[in-house]
Amino acid sequence: MSRAFPRRSSRLPGFGLSLGITILWLSLIVLIPLSAVFLKSGSDGWHSFSSAAFSSRALAAYRLSFGAAAMAAAINCVFGLLVAWVLVRYDFAGRRLLSALIDLPFALPTAVAGIALTALYADTGIIGRIVEPAGLPIAYRPAGVVVALTFIGLPFVVRTVEPVLADASSEVEEAALTLGATRIQTFSRVILPSIGPALATGFALAFARGAGEYGSVIFIAGNVPFKSEIAPLLIVTQLEEYNYAGAAAIACVMLLISFALLLLLNMLQHWQQRRGG
Amino acid sequence: MTRAGLREPAAVKALLILAALAYVAAMLLLPLGAVLYEAFLRGMGAWWAAIRDPDAKASIWLTLVVAAVSVPLNTMFGLAAAWAIAKFDFRGKTALITLIEIPFSVSPVVSGLVFVLIFGAQGWFGPWLDRHDVHIIFALPGLILATVFVTFPFVARQLIPLMASQGRSDEEAALTLGASGWQTFWRITLPNIRFGLLYGVLLCNARAMGEFGAVSVVSGHIRGETNTMPLQVEALYNDYDFVAAFAVASLLALLALVTLTLKSALEWRYRGALSARH
Repeated sequence: MSRAFPRRSSRLPGFGLSLGITILWLSLIVLIPLSAVFLKSGSDGWHSFSSAAFSSRALAAYRLSFGAAAMAAAINCVFGLLVAWVLVRYDFAGRRLLSALIDLPFALPTAVAGIALTALYADTGIIGRIVEPAGLPIAYRPAGVVVALTFIGLPFVVRTVEPVLADASSEVEEAALTLGATRIQTFSRVILPSIGPALATGFALAFARGAGEYGSVIFIAGNVPFKSEIAPLLIVTQLEEYNYAGAAAIACVMLLISFALLLLLNMLQHWQQRRGG
Repeated sequence: MTRAGLREPAAVKALLILAALAYVAAMLLLPLGAVLYEAFLRGMGAWWAAIRDPDAKASIWLTLVVAAVSVPLNTMFGLAAAWAIAKFDFRGKTALITLIEIPFSVSPVVSGLVFVLIFGAQGWFGPWLDRHDVHIIFALPGLILATVFVTFPFVARQLIPLMASQGRSDEEAALTLGASGWQTFWRITLPNIRFGLLYGVLLCNARAMGEFGAVSVVSGHIRGETNTMPLQVEALYNDYDFVAAFAVASLLALLALVTLTLKSALEWRYRGALSARH
């Protein structure tokens, strides 16, 4: 093993053992199981793959999952930037509490978030009671999916933007202000470009998480095929009908999209590091 | 930080703070409050009765068992991966880190599906397992496998940058002074990374106990047998037994609050010992 990966100038022991455990465990738990998706989805040939992966019902489900995830990630970019801005630049009572609370969506099990959001946004809930008579129903339709994914995605944007905003040079900002730029100009021409890569990374992270999200969505979505059925739910439905190849085909499409996103993310992080110097 | 803060007019600053607080209160605090409100809607007695229900108790026990197996497994993996990646230089390191983080970008449902495709009735080993009467899917081993998959990167991701930033001079000094490899690990490396390790284990455990999508696919939803707490919440909710569903959910919400409190406490006290950046 150590010969395959030439090492340099480390006299510590245990390289072969630790790398061996890492690669073995990674293969057994992640790589081999994931390869099952690709092998199984192709096992009945291209025709049955495409009829499962690209059926009109599946296409509607991708559209909802990825569309709602993009919308929620965009909302989170706006409010996540606001929250990160306030956390980084101002000192106020409750700042630490606010900061701790931001990670709630990471810590709260998704099923709990799902039933809580449904209780709030259904017609009997305290938000539903206001928005439904106003002609803006949210629960049991695509809008509910967006609400759930907005809940899930907030910490991704805040936690990615926060350190970059804190590092953003205040001298450049000061210089811009002294040279007569307005506050709005300083924000849009100086600050925003410097945190742009971080914001894009936060968007991509929130988007990737949202597209695959299941637990927080299924309670509030309504789950009507062609209308409010997300792609992960369609996989579950296929499995319940013992259509393994169909489930694997949809999973295959989702995996390929998330791997493409992962690649994009790596490029974004590279860009961010180069910018940050 | 304060210098920058002084630049905005006080009114703008107050407005931005209020907007951020209002948004977080509406988006995050309100759902948390809703869980507790619904759980105690019929009083303490109803809440307690729902928790003491045999199926609820079985789900609590199962959740603890699944976490008690998955978290140590991924902790050991995380330590091994961080040791190899942070303390040695080799080709393909970046690729290895990317591979370790894959489970974060896979839908929970797909994370469960992979094990159904392998061990399920029509999966690769399904017929063989069936003949030998071994149960993986719709049984405890499936729940553990799915949980290990989704929590796979947590400890490793926390430890790799931390151990890389600490370098290897402490360990090299210990070795020069005659310590064995294991002695060096237990007496030098482990104390150096203990808070980072605790942080990673904390997040790993929260996800292991709260996972829904992945275990939902492999569980089979047998009440009292293969329902973890999040699955029991769903089952009760689908029965329209809302008080009981929210009662079990309130325990999970409590777990989330304890996790957040410990996590924040670690961040405030040991910021320097947690991450490479600060």
